[in-house]
Amino acid sequence: MNKEELKVSAIQNGTVIDHIPSSKLLAVVALLHLENIKTPVTVGYNLKSKKMGKKSLIKIADRYFTDEEINQLSVVSPNVTLCIIKDYDVVEKKQVQMPDSLHGIVQCPNPKCITNNEPMKTIFHVINKEKGVLKCHYCEKEEKLEKARLVSPSNV
Amino acid sequence: MNRSVITLANLSKEKIQYLIRLSEEFERHTNRRLLEGKVVATLFFEPSTRTRLSFETAANRLGARIIGFTDPKVTSSTKGETLHDTIKMVSNYADVIVMRHFLEGAAQYASEITDVPIINAGDGSNQHPSQTMLDLYSIYKTQGHLDNLHIYLVGDLKYGRTVHSLLMAMRHFNPTFHFIAPKELEMPEEYKIYCEEQNIKYFETRDFNEDVIADADILYMTRVQRERFTDLMEYERVKDSYLLCNQMLRKAKSNMKILHPLPRLNEINIDVDSNPHAYYFEQAHNGLFARQALICDVLNIGLDQILNDNTIID
Ligand SMILES: [Zn+2]
Repeated sequence: MNKEELKVSAIQNGTVIDHIPSSKLLAVVALLHLENIKTPVTVGYNLKSKKMGKKSLIKIADRYFTDEEINQLSVVSPNVTLCIIKDYDVVEKKQVQMPDSLHGIVQCPNPKCITNNEPMKTIFHVINKEKGVLKCHYCEKEEKLEKARLVSPSNV
Repeated sequence: MNRSVITLANLSKEKIQYLIRLSEEFERHTNRRLLEGKVVATLFFEPSTRTRLSFETAANRLGARIIGFTDPKVTSSTKGETLHDTIKMVSNYADVIVMRHFLEGAAQYASEITDVPIINAGDGSNQHPSQTMLDLYSIYKTQGHLDNLHIYLVGDLKYGRTVHSLLMAMRHFNPTFHFIAPKELEMPEEYKIYCEEQNIKYFETRDFNEDVIADADILYMTRVQRERFTDLMEYERVKDSYLLCNQMLRKAKSNMKILHPLPRLNEINIDVDSNPHAYYFEQAHNGLFARQALICDVLNIGLDQILNDNTIID
């Protein structure tokens, strides 16, 4: 095991979210609601990365996420890697995958959509994963993923 | 499973045919006491007298009682209350909720917060399934079937939600569509892509004259509204080009019928009204039977019960 991996594994049990673009770190924190987590969370910001130059990572002790929760991250950073840590070992590595639907993440661009006028969660169906096309579950308007705006954290 | 009707776009062919069959029965016997003891709520967050009267007549003629609101002043007095809370409140009283709302997706959302079935009577510019249902029933009634028809859509194909819904609901029946519209109001790209995906044949033209429409089975006219144009010069240039008048019908096929969702502006000259091809007033009347079918369907009242109905009044 090299030094880099040791650093990543330095929690006994939990999840390490790696290869987060530094500019997306706060968005990832918000999407996973880490502000509500009671177990220790360690954030590494602007670390050196061979692949990315600079990257960020988050280690969350004693907490695992469902695939669905994790896949929601693909909206902000599609190349995030996930390490599941058990007893200091990386027992599983996963890439995030674009989910079939996004819950409470993307804001509908249509001002006349019910989701922009009621205190409620948005739902978008991913109707084309390659081209990144989303469709609002409510008003049925389509939106390109690259243009999508995230809901402001207070509404999440 | 909630039986709400939010859109017709994803209904199966069998379901559409079934709803047409129900509409036929209600046309045969319109006055019944089938819904005696039921309460239908009509919540019009945006006024639409035409649609509300049609729904309320449909329910009344089946013996249901009606509660609801339509006056915009009444709705503004509930301002501050969320749609969520209004729907929760009305759910305590009604067996079915017919709602019209100015916001898109409102009916879908309402159907997710209550077990009382919702019938979408229009949500902004999104869906208006009872209009689509009466369009389908009108086409069926005038042609005897829905298959292999040449349907000409004329006027505002960009913002006209009725033509979009009709296009999607017809996909099961091998139609050929003809889109006739000015450049500014032409059929949006997403619906042309939809046609290609669904193997629906379509032709597009800017010309509207007696030769272009000579092969039509259905001529579906829509409102061309001044405020839809970003370029008012363009409006002035085209406003009279999409106007149907009696002399344009000389070459029409004998089975051809003219439909329009009403109210019309000046797309159809009044000299057409007495032409046997004109069908738009009967079309509106068909809305009554189509809405009776939708109300009974969401209340889980099936064809058997309707055929063996001993509450028929006439
Ligand atoms: Zn929307």
